[in-house]
Amino acid sequence: MTTTQTRTDAAHSSGNGLENAYAHGRLGRRVPWLVLGATMLLSIVAFALLAAAGSTDGFNIVGAIMVGALGYGVVIFITSLLVEGMRQAKDRLVTALVTTAFIIALLPLISLLYTVVVNGLPRFDVEFFTWSMRSVVGEGGGAVHAIVGTLLMTLTAAVISVPIGLMTSIYLVEYSRGGPLSRAINFFVDVMTGIPSIVAGLFAYAVFALIFGPGIRLGIAGAIALAVLMIPVVVRSSEDMLKLVPNELREASYALGVPKWLTVLKIVLPTAMAGITTGVMLAIARVIGESAPLLVAAGFTANLNYDLFDGRMQSLPLFVYNSYIAQGTDAQAYLDRAWAGALTLILIVMALNLLARLIAKIFSPKKGR
Amino acid sequence: MSKRIEVNDLDVYYGDFKAVEGVTLTVEPRSVTAFIGPSGCGKSTFLRTLNRMHEVIPGARVDGEVLIDGSNLYGPGVDPVLVRRQVGMVFQRPNPFPTMSIRENVLAGVRLNNRKMAKSEADDLVEKSLQGANLWNEVKDRLDRPGSGLSGGQQQRLCIARAIAVSPDVLLMDEPCSALDPISTLAIEDLIEQLKNDYTIVIVTHNMQQASRVSDRTAFFNIAGTGKPGKLIEFDDTDVIFSNPKVQATEDYVSGKFG
Amino acid sequence: MTSAPARPARITAKKRLGDRLFSGGATTAGALILAMLAAVASFLVLQGVPAVTADPRDMSILAGHENFWTYVWPLIFGTLWSAALALLMAVPLSIGIALFISHYAPRRIAQGLGYIIDLLAAVPSVVFGLWGANTLAPAVQPFYTWLNDNLGWFPLFSGQVSGTGRTILTASIVLAVMVLPIITALCREIFMQTPVLHEEAALALGATRWEMIRMTVLPFGRSGIISATMLGLGRALGETMAVAMVLSSAGVVTFQVLTSTNPSTIAANIALSFPEAYGLNVNVLIATGLMLFAITLVVNSIARWVVNRRKEFSGAN
Repeated sequence: MTTTQTRTDAAHSSGNGLENAYAHGRLGRRVPWLVLGATMLLSIVAFALLAAAGSTDGFNIVGAIMVGALGYGVVIFITSLLVEGMRQAKDRLVTALVTTAFIIALLPLISLLYTVVVNGLPRFDVEFFTWSMRSVVGEGGGAVHAIVGTLLMTLTAAVISVPIGLMTSIYLVEYSRGGPLSRAINFFVDVMTGIPSIVAGLFAYAVFALIFGPGIRLGIAGAIALAVLMIPVVVRSSEDMLKLVPNELREASYALGVPKWLTVLKIVLPTAMAGITTGVMLAIARVIGESAPLLVAAGFTANLNYDLFDGRMQSLPLFVYNSYIAQGTDAQAYLDRAWAGALTLILIVMALNLLARLIAKIFSPKKGR
Repeated sequence: MSKRIEVNDLDVYYGDFKAVEGVTLTVEPRSVTAFIGPSGCGKSTFLRTLNRMHEVIPGARVDGEVLIDGSNLYGPGVDPVLVRRQVGMVFQRPNPFPTMSIRENVLAGVRLNNRKMAKSEADDLVEKSLQGANLWNEVKDRLDRPGSGLSGGQQQRLCIARAIAVSPDVLLMDEPCSALDPISTLAIEDLIEQLKNDYTIVIVTHNMQQASRVSDRTAFFNIAGTGKPGKLIEFDDTDVIFSNPKVQATEDYVSGKFG
Repeated sequence: MTSAPARPARITAKKRLGDRLFSGGATTAGALILAMLAAVASFLVLQGVPAVTADPRDMSILAGHENFWTYVWPLIFGTLWSAALALLMAVPLSIGIALFISHYAPRRIAQGLGYIIDLLAAVPSVVFGLWGANTLAPAVQPFYTWLNDNLGWFPLFSGQVSGTGRTILTASIVLAVMVLPIITALCREIFMQTPVLHEEAALALGATRWEMIRMTVLPFGRSGIISATMLGLGRALGETMAVAMVLSSAGVVTFQVLTSTNPSTIAANIALSFPEAYGLNVNVLIATGLMLFAITLVVNSIARWVVNRRKEFSGAN
């Protein structure tokens, strides 16, 4: 139902509430909540009994909530059908379903964040951020080589892709007149957006293997693979931002006799800068978690490597993957490192996302609605 | 089918802001009542409270009562869905459903009630409603074409056909001609004249000539200043409002001194 | 626009150095993207061709297979099957969530709820893999056993149930969670653009909220839902690490979703085999990558075609 924020005052209705032609059986505002509470309680009690009886291992909170939500849908549908009729019953059922869908989506998010934090904290220590995995077997060791590698490769990828992406979007918005080149670019940027990340890695590997022979793994190859993934994101987000700059600003600048390139440089870009920066940050956040292309192009190693052009380079996502896939004799130590790496990775990505949103919020031109 | 509307001391709020204050008036059945007044005086908002469409706007609420043949729209247990079925509405801009054909548009409201309808019965209803809206002759050969292909005036009459297909008690019109050209406007005004025989019609309009042409009674709303609530200033027979109003503000408005 | 007779009188603006450099740079950047994509395609083809043309006995990775095609077929099947299962779960859920945010949740908190769903999109795929293998798989295993015991007659749930829970269904659940935010974000955007005029028209006819959504929001958003689904499909097809970590695979073709012998996917297979691959085996993997590229290209093209074709029938008038 539409949110009825009307004060339903019985005293006001001049005592003819019963003969009201527009009233029919309606569930009170509190009824759905009561039904929800009752079914949830029932479901939780049932699951607790099952757990007590030993037929399930421990209390299954997720199962209890799911069964409770389903039960609510059924009960409210039947109640509403009896009191309010089919149409209202359907409406209430859909409301219950749609809300349940949202709750279902929250479950993996909560579970994931919870497990990563709980499992990641034991090894989230100083050693983790100061040691590499060089000659570490079993416990101890750290991910400093992976963090350095991730930062180096991601930064390089950004250095490659931001100028190309930004200039391309400037071409699309400011210079192209819908000719074949701009249509081709538009189409192929869309194609690029759809490139599976591992294919980008294969591409970078194929290029370098052709030059240096097969089996080559280089940090720069990883950076190029990431750049391939990053460019279309940068192009699309910058394009959107440049399109938001009102034409009046450009015309005002032309009317002052400012040449086009200066207009773009001094008027258009500064106006769109906050949005472009946000887009770049989000693009970086997207590729910093990429693992598949780096597995193929940059390989993995236990050593600290600062040189993009010499030898394999470890990255944080691959550190996590590798610790999990190749568990050594002391499996728990490897798993602990994997979780700590996952926690670090999530924190970095979240921080980037938050920063991007903050930039967008603080520096964006105020919307004049 | 036509019913009397009584409004008693009605206030409308948007959140904490009081948009309309203390409206009391009675609309007789089988008559056309026009609401006139400057922009932002709350006449459209007030119109929406007559079928609870204001609730679509977040934070909007009402204090007071609206009785339609004695039944309070804001009484306990009243279902706004049922209210809107009995009190039809036509909007400022024509809004036929773009994904439906002309025929489906007319039947849209009836279909909602899951009434199993024989095809012949549905055909009759489509013809009756479109004829009621003076549109039948123009569209009878293309009932299965999308409604968005019609001209603005035809679309608006299609919306009226859609509204009367559910046989409402009251028909509310929110500036139904403001997006139309003069010829389409004339067609709609003729239609209102006919519909008056079956329905209680309330129309909001910016056009004072239109109010004087189509309405039997006219209500003038005004606002004291920005941030103040709109109020009902004068409500009387249309001739009186336009020729011999009792309040100075009404005279100023209808004679074009402001607004 | 200069008309033909006026041509001699046309004034050509003086080309400034700055203008020329700047527009030249912008054009070059655009052309570079085209060149890069051409390079991706040609390098992959160049490196992939030997896998198909060379003698299968020279490639240890093809052991037990007649040729490259019998090797790649189960992988293609696994890729499509896992992505289809994922979409089957993710699409209805996403539409529900998008509707909840756009039309059910109180407006004040709707944007915040949108951010929460977007958080899921920010989680790197290795983390999803770790979570799927260590948390989700053990959690759903009892449920799989139950399904197998009670609904084992249903072909999908038949076979010997996996003891670890690391089946293709688990991988698809993880994929579904990963594509959920993408589809939700797009659907939400489209649903919110439904013209208020049409929504009010439905409500004024006495529609309940669900009837209003069915009459206006869903028809209006249909092409948006389709393109969102296709975008999610593209992502699910190409996802590598999460599948590689969750799925315990054997190169089979089966529709059973609860057993421990599952088809692998192209991307996961590359990730698992590439580090140890040498010689022509690398070319085989690159050739499978090319197949994946082709499949995603087709999916994305269909999506764009559907959207363009539907444009004229959409509600925007």
